[in-house]
Amino acid sequence: MQYAILCYHDEKVTCAWSKEHDDAVMAKLGAVMGRLERQGKLGPVARLLPTTAATTLRKDREQPLVIDGPFAETKEQLLGFYVVDCASLEEAIEIAKELGAANPGGAHEIRPVGAFFPGKTAP
Amino acid sequence: MTDAGWISSILTAARPHAVAALLRNFRDLDLAEEVFQEACLRAWKTWPKNGPPRDAAAWLIMVGRNVAIDTVRRRSRLQMLPPEELISDLSDAEAAVADRIDEADYRDDILRLLFICCHPDLPATQQIALALRIVSGLSVPQIARAFIVSEAAMEQRITRAKGRIAAADVPFETPGAAERFERIAAVAAMVYLVFNEGYTTSVAEHGARAALCEEAIRLSRLLLRLFATEPEIMGLAALLMLQHARAPARFDRQGRVVLLEDQDRTLWNRRLIAEGLALIDKAVRHGRPDPYQVQAAIAALHARAGRAEDTDWPQIDLLYGTLERMQPSPIVSLNRAIAVAKVRGPADALAMIEPLASKLGGYFYFHGARGAFLLQLGRTEEARVAFDRAIALANTPAEAAHIREQLDRLASGALDAGRS
Repeated sequence: MQYAILCYHDEKVTCAWSKEHDDAVMAKLGAVMGRLERQGKLGPVARLLPTTAATTLRKDREQPLVIDGPFAETKEQLLGFYVVDCASLEEAIEIAKELGAANPGGAHEIRPVGAFFPGKTAP
Repeated sequence: MTDAGWISSILTAARPHAVAALLRNFRDLDLAEEVFQEACLRAWKTWPKNGPPRDAAAWLIMVGRNVAIDTVRRRSRLQMLPPEELISDLSDAEAAVADRIDEADYRDDILRLLFICCHPDLPATQQIALALRIVSGLSVPQIARAFIVSEAAMEQRITRAKGRIAAADVPFETPGAAERFERIAAVAAMVYLVFNEGYTTSVAEHGARAALCEEAIRLSRLLLRLFATEPEIMGLAALLMLQHARAPARFDRQGRVVLLEDQDRTLWNRRLIAEGLALIDKAVRHGRPDPYQVQAAIAALHARAGRAEDTDWPQIDLLYGTLERMQPSPIVSLNRAIAVAKVRGPADALAMIEPLASKLGGYFYFHGARGAFLLQLGRTEEARVAFDRAIALANTPAEAAHIREQLDRLASGALDAGRS
């Protein structure tokens, strides 16, 4: 079963991280990701740029509307995601906990994947 | 994460909101800062035990207000101090406040806080120092290091700037649309000054001063969150990000300037470039160009070129032409000449900058560029004279070293040159 682990955090806080802090968090996450990859459990992973760089297309009308900014104004923003392949929700939660220990603060939403197309773009 | 790491990130992130709200409450910058500091001390005391509150800014504002009331009472000596538990037990109150406060409520407060740092009575260096102290919350020693002055001198500069602001009228009423627009423009200019202060530098100063560029980028992101649909702010943020992305490649190991076309592009910060490109693309869609957007668009063309020879010089020439019309200045024309040299050759570029001699005669880059064009035209003796003038006018050893290298090449008979 595939799960998407969606990472939410206050981007004001993550943008206030010093470079050293950011590097340290990425290194810790890298270690967890490396192990998951060796176990064949890690799918695509993305770290998203701040929502200030986002554009939203409202497509619920005939002429879709392009809006500056993220879809939802929330206290914590969607900042990235992992796709993991695991046997059970329990295991997905364990993985999310491990990723969370490497990068505390905010929340992980664990969301089962319905259909998955790996796609093919240059990294 | 260590306590120190997460707490200081949260406090840094919450600072503009909290100080801005406290300033509106008390209409006194010193008091607002002082009680914010006190609120931070309490955060360091209680957050490691209890975890951070749901809305850190709201928590700090609540604590700050209570501290201020406490301070005022103590000063007036009319009443006994309330017991410490009453002040610090904010759990119920916090939840109520957290629901009410969101970014939009802070918008004009934060804009005001930024705007008072741009007071026209303040010289640019004081504006920058004040913004870094009050909005970014850098310590006086940190700011002093960035400006490469003594702490005492910086302390004095900030105190003087605050004195001027206290004497001036700070506008506390909610601004109208036109006024808000003017404030945004003034604040954008101040953020750009902060960036330039960090960018105009030599490698020896680079480490200390790069902090200014990073702060300017943080301030531009703050502005973007407040005014998400302003193309001017998108352009400003994009410009800063695209320029700062090149920082790791701007100097070589010996501390010499590396020209844009000679830079190792693999050293450029790809994440900042991606963010800058996204922002300039968004801005352009609004169809309301301004100087920040045009300069960001030029920086974007450099960022998009995988190799120097892939640079779209005709487009850069056009954009500089647009910038010349918007903001006529000999410096812009000089920059345009670099693109003209690439597109139409050094003779046209030289013809373009000769009339600028009276205005730019004391400017290092003018003679550097002129020397480079002359060199490309094979007029080596004149090129040598121009390079000598440039060295005499160089602001930093890195600039002088760069020109000296051109002279060396000239001496060895090599016939190529250029500049960033």
